[in-house]
Amino acid sequence: MSDGEPLVRWAWIGDHVGELAHYTGVHLRLGLLPVLFGLIISVPLGMLCHRYRWVYPPTLTAANVLYSIPSLALFMIFVRYTGLTERTVMIPLTLYTLSVLIPNVVDGLASVPDPVRQAATAMGFSSVRRVVQVELPIAVPVVVAGVRVAAVSSISLVAVGQLIGQGGLGYYITRGLQLDFPTPIITATVLIMLLALVTDALLVLTQRLLTPWARGKGAKA
Amino acid sequence: MNDLLNQIRLVGEWLTSSAQWHGDDGIPHRLAEHLTYSGLSLLFATLIGLAFGLLVGHTGRGAFAVATVANLARAIPTFGLVVLVVTLAGLSTAPVLVALVALAVPPILINTFEGVRGVDPDARDAAKGMGMTGWEVLLKVEVPMALPLILLGLRVAAIQVVATATVAAYPGLGGLGRYIVDGLSRNDYQLVIGGSAVVVALALVVQALFTALRRAVVSPGLRPAAAKS
Repeated sequence: MSDGEPLVRWAWIGDHVGELAHYTGVHLRLGLLPVLFGLIISVPLGMLCHRYRWVYPPTLTAANVLYSIPSLALFMIFVRYTGLTERTVMIPLTLYTLSVLIPNVVDGLASVPDPVRQAATAMGFSSVRRVVQVELPIAVPVVVAGVRVAAVSSISLVAVGQLIGQGGLGYYITRGLQLDFPTPIITATVLIMLLALVTDALLVLTQRLLTPWARGKGAKA
Repeated sequence: MNDLLNQIRLVGEWLTSSAQWHGDDGIPHRLAEHLTYSGLSLLFATLIGLAFGLLVGHTGRGAFAVATVANLARAIPTFGLVVLVVTLAGLSTAPVLVALVALAVPPILINTFEGVRGVDPDARDAAKGMGMTGWEVLLKVEVPMALPLILLGLRVAAIQVVATATVAAYPGLGGLGRYIVDGLSRNDYQLVIGGSAVVVALALVVQALFTALRRAVVSPGLRPAAAKS
């Protein structure tokens, strides 16, 4: 940083509000769509793992191995097939969410008390209806706990995608380094944290709305 | 399929060319840099995370603070932090360590704390009843029983650190990320994919090491519980 440069030039932020809003939108799309895709994949896969226990260990191992592949490397491997596009960032991020979401879906389903399951069956629920109307709602707190972790880490990982030109707010991080100008870096870093925390708070709220019966008992999520 | 084989061939050629194995830009030197960054950050993060996690888990005080701090820290984009620290403090190893430690503390802290807190109260009471001091309860009962979760936290932290240390190459530091960043700027796909392959291999080795470590140190009596994590 050059001498005399203030840590944050507030005027710069004021001049770039529109642009910052645009990149914030891109960032949210890049960070949250993967969580949504991850959930769409994990719920049926988790149900399958819960039903046929032998499917679980290999699925979990595969998800863990994927998770251990560094994001930068995984982006690079996908560049070959999807080019320098948003998909190249979103596919690896989707794969990462699986390592958190699948175990949480399975644990969530496992947390359904057996008497509840039996009662639903005795009331004549088909197994599909029982899963959708009884077991999944009861699993919501554990699943949401996983979604929170996945969403927060996905949002902060998006910035790395800037190395292939698709990083949402990460744009300001590389830009700030090139210009030796800390304001954009600080602004982007703080905005990313805020996005993560607001998303987290909204997820907690969503969970409360989805599980009205848990209210008042001090939901433990 | 052909393309996949082609990529594997590219990586193979890159790995076997002798230029890759000598000098400052060779794999051994870059790997050593990478391991230095990751190892040191993990060491510091372990000291901090274990100390606070054990303290809070054992005493039960400050649980809310631990959860809040860990949650906040997880939201920090490490890429931003690395670049920011380098811009503010200049290029050297220390700034990168700060960012990587911040990344690695939360999983270690949370898992240690949850592990100790989750120890069966009956076991704890029994240990006290046998006349164990607070320290003995911690070291002989709580830590061994929390070990599967503690190791899981360490594994997650280690993998994240090894993965994220690649980002340090962007603002001009060494490590395995150099190949990826340099390859991108020179449009040299072989360099990018070769470097990525080395990083992936390293991450898988770390994963395997932790699996082996868990087999070695977790008490056999806890195996069924350990298998769940």
